[in-house]
Amino acid sequence: MDASLPLLVAVPLLGAALLVAGGRLMPRLVAETVGCAVSAGTAALALVLLLNCSPPFLEWAGGWTPVDGQSVGIVLTGDGPGLGMAALASLLTLAALAYSWHYFDEPPRGHAGSFPALLLLFQGGMCGFAIAGDLFNAFVWFELMSVVAYALTGHRVEEARAVQGALTFAVVTSLGAYAMLMGIGLLYARTGQLGMHQIGRGLDAHGRPDALVLAAFVLVMTALLVKSASVPFHFWLPDAHAVAPTPVCMLLSGVMVELGVFGVWRVYGTVFSGPGGVPAPEFERALVVLGALTAVIGAVMCWYQRHIKRLLAYSTVAHTGLFLIGIGVLKPEADDGIALYVLGHAGVKAALFACTGILLDRYGSVDEHALYGRARELKGVAVLFVLGALGLAGLPPFGTALGKSVTEEAVGGPLTVLYVAASAVTAAAVLRVAARVFGGLGPRPEGGSGYETTGSGERPETRHRLSRIPDTMTAVPAVLLAGAVTVGVAPGFAKVVAHSVNETGSAGVFTSVHWTPAGVLLGLLSTLLAGALALLAVTRPKPFTALDRALWLRRLQSGHVGDYVAWVLVGTTVLGALTLPGMLGG
Amino acid sequence: MDVFPYLVAGWVFLVGCYGLATSRNLIHAVGCLSVCQAGTYVLLLTVGYRDGATAPVFSDLKPGSRPVVDPVVQALTLTDVVVGATVTALLLALVVQISKRHGTVDPDELSELRG
Repeated sequence: MDASLPLLVAVPLLGAALLVAGGRLMPRLVAETVGCAVSAGTAALALVLLLNCSPPFLEWAGGWTPVDGQSVGIVLTGDGPGLGMAALASLLTLAALAYSWHYFDEPPRGHAGSFPALLLLFQGGMCGFAIAGDLFNAFVWFELMSVVAYALTGHRVEEARAVQGALTFAVVTSLGAYAMLMGIGLLYARTGQLGMHQIGRGLDAHGRPDALVLAAFVLVMTALLVKSASVPFHFWLPDAHAVAPTPVCMLLSGVMVELGVFGVWRVYGTVFSGPGGVPAPEFERALVVLGALTAVIGAVMCWYQRHIKRLLAYSTVAHTGLFLIGIGVLKPEADDGIALYVLGHAGVKAALFACTGILLDRYGSVDEHALYGRARELKGVAVLFVLGALGLAGLPPFGTALGKSVTEEAVGGPLTVLYVAASAVTAAAVLRVAARVFGGLGPRPEGGSGYETTGSGERPETRHRLSRIPDTMTAVPAVLLAGAVTVGVAPGFAKVVAHSVNETGSAGVFTSVHWTPAGVLLGLLSTLLAGALALLAVTRPKPFTALDRALWLRRLQSGHVGDYVAWVLVGTTVLGALTLPGMLGG
Repeated sequence: MDVFPYLVAGWVFLVGCYGLATSRNLIHAVGCLSVCQAGTYVLLLTVGYRDGATAPVFSDLKPGSRPVVDPVVQALTLTDVVVGATVTALLLALVVQISKRHGTVDPDELSELRG
């Protein structure tokens, strides 16, 4: 069983190679079916490994096991969280391939396999990052995943915006990755090891943390926080999501951003959590501050968008903030809650993007104002969209609600208010869009600050504008939403997730995870709040448009790559400043 | 160990960042990103350097007879070079497309995505 761990990476890579090599000869349907089959096979493998991963297994690639505690080999870790993320990435890739099956924009002649091949490469990179047990390989998979993501974001190279968004994404994330490599170099200089566990032990053996540990921590975390789009590292994300093809958005928002959060959790837990690493209060302060900032700014910016894909992108930013707070408080219950929240969020968010894709392909626009009342005929899509919004708000029994309520109970205090508020505002924005676009409710929206990306006049991603919605495009969001509900209601599922997270993360402290009356009430409360806010915004739009208090915030999102790089540097400095005090006194 | 090469590595990285933040030309910006990456090469090679040591090639060298520099960081640097070549190629391809579609490579004039 252990030896099949590298197959998680090898199968998608080989599938991609096959599609690249044979794509010229294959008809389009064959190429896409092969893509689906390979990603489904990998997903099945990941699930089988996940069910058998207790106790977690290690795999030294090529048999390069450590000698006298010194290792030069590549280690893969097959534990619950890692394999869970790999399975999630594989399943979402399958969903994205199924969604784009046959109907996605005609590829150039002789390149039928290029898009599925890129998605498989993306899947391989994400699986590799999820199961990487040493830091340098985590960097290599991080880069593979990123490079493919840049290419996929700019997939429609004929579009002016697409290439601009892809370039911004590429520059900012690559800069982060190089910072991570600097950090890895420093850690190697101190410990002579690359395996995460081995580095952690080496740091502990060296004694109290010093400037080198702090610098390495800040540099490695910068890359992971850029990937997870934490404020102020988040600027690339809305631009990339606005221009990426819909199936790619499903993957970017559903799992790639969460892999950044997972990376923060994994790297802190195995490398920096010992006595020679970063003290827990410092890590907690840094992540809770950044997470709260991310949740607030993400929610506010989400509210002010009219470009539906950007709106969903900012909602991802807000939820990332909630994830970061959850892992930042370093409680086993919060880790369990976040694991469930990520699973539920992936289903809900991917389904929302899928519905938006249908709008884009049918009406050639993703602008809330231009689409006002035009999608009345799409009853089924409207139901899916509203269900997605309710899942985002945390309506029981969605998995998002279960994860959120468990986390809320763990973090406690004012942070609970933030959880309720952020999920209510992001869901309210989505509900507002649903009411206007699918229902034509309220007065016709008008105006805007002028300083925004509207999303009208986009080219559909299908060959022609769709006159009939293909079954695959509606079945995929329906299945994804069903999956998000299953996370919340399947008996014993939450316990299994909690068990596998605790087995790796919290040194044998097992917690039980279940619905509580308080959690259900909080979920209902945030759903009600979301509904009320959406209703208010639709029926009385004047006070919302007249007082554009967030204009200064929106001006920061300038689309200028130099600004974003400067913000990354500011963020790195802030992260260092938040972590520094305890290191001085400690 | 001398601290000077580490300072050089940090300096090169920061110079690259400065160039990226202030660049008025996207090709120049891509070059600046490569400068940042050069900083990582310097750091990695510094980590593995040993005074008076030779390259870790044992074809004509008896193992244990002379000190050698750390081959692991060299392998890391080579991997890093490969990664960097890919990223740079992809970025330059994107810049070519931007130049075609927008008619400019000045980031100040790209204002389609904002707010």
